[in-house]
Amino acid sequence: MRVGPGAYLLLSALLFGIGVTGVLIRRNAIVVFMCVELMLNAVNLSFITFAKTNGNLDGQVLAFFVMVVAAAEVVVGLGILVAIFRKRSSASVDDVNLLKG
Amino acid sequence: MTRLLAATSAEQAELVVFVVLAPVAVVSALGMVLNRNAVYSALLLVVNFFCLAGFYVLLEAQFVAAVQVIVYAGAIMVLFLFVLMLLGIGNDEVLKETIRGQRPAAVLLTLGLLVALVGALLAGVFDAEPASLAQANAGGNVQAIGRILFTRYTFAFEAAGILLVVAAVGALVLGKRQP
Repeated sequence: MRVGPGAYLLLSALLFGIGVTGVLIRRNAIVVFMCVELMLNAVNLSFITFAKTNGNLDGQVLAFFVMVVAAAEVVVGLGILVAIFRKRSSASVDDVNLLKG
Repeated sequence: MTRLLAATSAEQAELVVFVVLAPVAVVSALGMVLNRNAVYSALLLVVNFFCLAGFYVLLEAQFVAAVQVIVYAGAIMVLFLFVLMLLGIGNDEVLKETIRGQRPAAVLLTLGLLVALVGALLAGVFDAEPASLAQANAGGNVQAIGRILFTRYTFAFEAAGILLVVAAVGALVLGKRQP
């Protein structure tokens, strides 16, 4: 028996779904961020599976760029989070309602 | 004959590693979402990242696996834990739903998404024959990635460098204490 690309893609879809659920149900902004990271990683797994399926390395390079962008996103996102926390002493996404009419 | 045997034993090893790592990855992801303590969530996410690095090795992406461990499990998760400790968030996550019925709706919508994704898999690429990266990886995975990165993707590589500099400066500006 052999592990085909389908198994990896199914796992990737599962991890992505778990990440989506986390983003939707969690209230702590840091945990929401971590769920976004989980979704990015699930997509990376798909990219690398497809790289092997196609027999070239473009998918792996793309996964590498996704990691670079994720690193930049985390740095800025956590910076914003710390700035918000300084103002409001809370990391809950529900407390950020300044734009609410 | 010996080559055939070697190939099958490699496939068996891949199967064993996959069967061990896949449940760990799914359970750690679920635990990350469901755990109320944010620090436990972060540590479970590290476990998940290591599992994914294992899958990358199985898929002949050694360079990306190394980057996954160093950048994700190392740098990014340390940043997460650092901010968690800095903000000192305890278990005080509000359990009350702000929008009524949001959680069941979220779970339902995610199940719908999963059904759509799995349906697409079953309809299309599920039976795709896996090609081999042996030819692309001939001179080593890292060398091959480096070659492609500095020829076809040079512009994207430079743009990524600029993006990282901008992100670092932005984080500094955000983190500076306003007078």
